[in-house]
Amino acid sequence: MGENIFVGIATWLRDVMSSAGVPDLWNDTILMLVKLVTVLVFVMLNFMVLNYMERRIAGFIQSRRGPNRVGPHGLLQPLADIGKMLGKELYIPKSVDKIVFLLMPTLIFVPPFLIFAVLPLGKNMAAIDMNIGVFYMFAIASLSTIILWGAGWSSNNKYSLIGSMRAVAQMVSYELPLILSLLGVIMITGTLNMSSIVEAQNNIWFVFTQPIAFLIYFIAGIAETNRTPFCLVEGESEIIAGPYTEYSGMTYAMFPLAEFVSMIIISAMSTIVFLGGWLAPFGWTFIPSWLWFFLKMYVMIFIFMWVRWTYPRIRVDQLMGFNWKVLVPLALANIFITGVGMYVFRAIGWWS
Amino acid sequence: MKTETYTLNLGPQHPSTHGVFRIILELDGETVVKATPVPGYLHRGIEKLAEARTYTQVIPYTDRMDYMAAMLMNWGYVAAVEKLMGIEVPERVEYIRVIVGELSRIASHQIAIGAMGGDIGALTAFTYTFRDREYVIDLLEMVSGSRMTFSYFRIGGVAADLPDEFFPATRKLLNEIPAMCDEYDDLVTGNEIFQARTKQVGIITPEMGINYSLSGPTLRGSGVNYDLRKARPYSIYDRFDFEVPLGTNGDCFDRFRIRIDEIRQSKRIIEQALDQIPEGPIMAKVPKVIKPPAGDAYAEIESSKGVYGAYVVSDGSPKPYRVHFRRPSFINLGYLGELCEGWKLADVIAILASIDIVLGEVDC
Amino acid sequence: MADCNITSELVEAVKARFSGIEIQENNDVTVPAGDLIPFMTEIKENPDYAMDYLTNLTAADYEDRLEMVYNLASITHGYTLTVKVKLEDKENPQVPSLCPVWGGANWQERETYDLMGIVFTGYPGHPTRILLDDNYKGYPLRKDYQWEGGREA
Repeated sequence: MGENIFVGIATWLRDVMSSAGVPDLWNDTILMLVKLVTVLVFVMLNFMVLNYMERRIAGFIQSRRGPNRVGPHGLLQPLADIGKMLGKELYIPKSVDKIVFLLMPTLIFVPPFLIFAVLPLGKNMAAIDMNIGVFYMFAIASLSTIILWGAGWSSNNKYSLIGSMRAVAQMVSYELPLILSLLGVIMITGTLNMSSIVEAQNNIWFVFTQPIAFLIYFIAGIAETNRTPFCLVEGESEIIAGPYTEYSGMTYAMFPLAEFVSMIIISAMSTIVFLGGWLAPFGWTFIPSWLWFFLKMYVMIFIFMWVRWTYPRIRVDQLMGFNWKVLVPLALANIFITGVGMYVFRAIGWWS
Repeated sequence: MKTETYTLNLGPQHPSTHGVFRIILELDGETVVKATPVPGYLHRGIEKLAEARTYTQVIPYTDRMDYMAAMLMNWGYVAAVEKLMGIEVPERVEYIRVIVGELSRIASHQIAIGAMGGDIGALTAFTYTFRDREYVIDLLEMVSGSRMTFSYFRIGGVAADLPDEFFPATRKLLNEIPAMCDEYDDLVTGNEIFQARTKQVGIITPEMGINYSLSGPTLRGSGVNYDLRKARPYSIYDRFDFEVPLGTNGDCFDRFRIRIDEIRQSKRIIEQALDQIPEGPIMAKVPKVIKPPAGDAYAEIESSKGVYGAYVVSDGSPKPYRVHFRRPSFINLGYLGELCEGWKLADVIAILASIDIVLGEVDC
Repeated sequence: MADCNITSELVEAVKARFSGIEIQENNDVTVPAGDLIPFMTEIKENPDYAMDYLTNLTAADYEDRLEMVYNLASITHGYTLTVKVKLEDKENPQVPSLCPVWGGANWQERETYDLMGIVFTGYPGHPTRILLDDNYKGYPLRKDYQWEGGREA
């Protein structure tokens, strides 16, 4: 039950429209828009949940309560926060580059939303099932570096500048191990299509066959989302709020929200590539595929939060050293071992 | 490639300067070329104010210097006036002072530990130490009625006797202190990232430490055994069995670590004091109006930040002629500029946190 | 409180070398301003004294003089010594800076200059204000200091 609820709705909508005599081209376009809007709503709802979840988990880990006054158990706190943020003055300092300054918080949501279009959130539940999905995702994800850089540069503030320089250095560097760690999986599956990668894990999840890659992916993923212990971009105790220092009100709120979205993406990607996506473990198919996907994704998100509220922040030179001296060589070694393994397995005929 | 240095104004409003303190940094990329500390944003002229107050009225001002260890601040001033007047303090008072002083030291060190964790990025350490500090402050509230600025000491004694429920409550807290310290060790000290951030960072050599008159954990982190409680035992510290934790490298990590060890030692001292405390009066025979004979006196105690001294000059009137406080935070900061050179921006924060300043005390 | 002051013999011994110094009964030593640097260097370097730690440096404003007060301590031996310098010239008080001897004198001398207006000759760069604003007029810890709107004005 519920397994095909979303796919069913889509099919029903298409049937209704074609029986009403809508031409096929229009039918496809409308359906596509509906799917994208659904994804948008899904993301919006998610960061409401994440905002609440992050603060409650932080409270739990830090032996305090977290928000518990607005609504039952503080559940309406995110709404109250958004209301507060919207009500705040949008202060634009005199010395900033106004156009870029205001453009960046608007653009920050574009790359994450573009990525969501190709993520399969359940069986047959990708808005666009792109055959180069993984490649597309990384190509788009790199764009957010430019946005952070622009935000820091246009602020005309030295703290912002340091933060944005750190952002560029960190995100460009950590993209490398992030991509390299996925190469092992792509070599085994031989496809860049996310749905196919999920299907390929029918027998065993890649987290078990590619454990090193998973670890590298996890670490680099934290760095890509700028969360502790790699939160140097914000580096609250050093550079105030990094690129966001001069922002206020809703323009400021956009950045943390975008951070949540990229956390969802990184978790969703690790679910798809390493944790078997929507596939049900132990054959428990009575839980619908999309629910499995969310469960796995939220477990990953929980681990991200857990790490964030436990570890201190590392220093900028250690950050780069760790990347280039540890993660990249390890990822390359992983690719090499995977390649050798594939060759040997083929030679002895265990795997075709 | 031609590069230029640039100036970064760290403070006066900055999350990691623990108050209103400013450092003008000249940076080459993220590396500090020159650091110029600028204190004074919280200067209230306590030394001048004291000249227009009676001797007893000065005590609340001392609270407001190191408000994280206000009991110890009271103590230094009161000790100087008592030395000036030649007052012998009753036994019980000495014990009470040791007990509340050490409790205050524990509370102060807990803040230092938590704040340093928070500055390095582990905000959780901050909430844990603050949670535990509440219990210590509860005890001090029981004694003095206040949670931060106690004004509990009086010239020749203390304001009130320890209440009966204080003793079981303190013993209960003392039993929990080893577990608290172990928790800090597990959460922060043992953390790989924390160690990578603080070990071999901001090294103070013993020679430079002595030369720059550093004191407290900042000096002892370099391995110099200079704790007034052992070196020149004041009050009744010669009766207690405790150790002075010493560092070996003089880096931020050592300065941090010995604070946790000092909490453990303070626990030992309080335990012994609770066992030995005699019955007796809580005030010495002190005239109603305090008029010390003309002259001057300098007394010092070991506060949680270092050697805290008070220099009091009397002209025989009921108001002090001149009061000067030797504030350990202020003098420890004197070395900061030199210490920061060559380190990264993030290290400056770690170094500043490891010195553990309180701006009320720095600026006086 | 344990008495850790330096012994009288040691103080007497140093008196032989510096003729201008006076010793009070509580072993506080008063040194003429001219002898300050040699005296401090001597008791710091001489292993018998090893006064390697400058605990406190301050000044007091008396009717007829300004007085510098130095509290020294020996980490090796554990005893303390108070050294005083009398500055008769209240208009233009000058005393040699101890910065070449102790780095710790740096900020304390700046503070004393800031609040008491004593000029430290030989200070690396003229001492600048440390607690008060750079444009502040006057030295607040002087007894004759009056600030506009002050209580007794």
